[in-house]
Amino acid sequence: MTESKAMTKADIIERVYGDVGGLSKKDSAEIVEKVFETIKCTLERGEKVKISGFGNFIVRTKKERVGRNPQTGTEIKIAPRKVLTFKPSQVLKNSING
Amino acid sequence: MTKGELIDMVASQDGFSLKMAEIVVNTIFDSMAEALRKGERVEIRGFGSFEVREYNGYRGRNPKTGAEVQVRAKRAPFFKTGKELRQRVDLS
Repeated sequence: MTESKAMTKADIIERVYGDVGGLSKKDSAEIVEKVFETIKCTLERGEKVKISGFGNFIVRTKKERVGRNPQTGTEIKIAPRKVLTFKPSQVLKNSING
Repeated sequence: MTKGELIDMVASQDGFSLKMAEIVVNTIFDSMAEALRKGERVEIRGFGSFEVREYNGYRGRNPKTGAEVQVRAKRAPFFKTGKELRQRVDLS
């Protein structure tokens, strides 16, 4: 993989501003923020977010388990926790394999 | 929540039209997919980052029949949750 540039939120805002007619730069930034904030709030409630053609964001509950510090070998309890996983859609996977 | 519901929510909160919200949401995910297709990383602060990982091919087996199959090398998107979102999801 070539370590080239990364696309950031600023690039996405620029793209929305350029491609979508009738939005000021400020509006573009505001609506892009709103989209990501809405997704985050939904995931925070434990609800999954399904973006057809892109993929699904799913909150999974991990049970408590005993782990080990790999350096010292000490056993430590890992508390139950919730983690976010992303399952890419078949469309996205296919397009990446071009 | 589906993409349609996301569009509805974005439009209802901010006084953007439904059509506008739809175009914006599609533009966001299309541009991210396009970056990944070109092998670029996507980093959304507070949300997470996407990158394309390469996986080697290997000789696998159909677990039911035991038949050997060649699994081809492939590229697949990988998502790493950002710090803020990771904490918000866990603490809720």
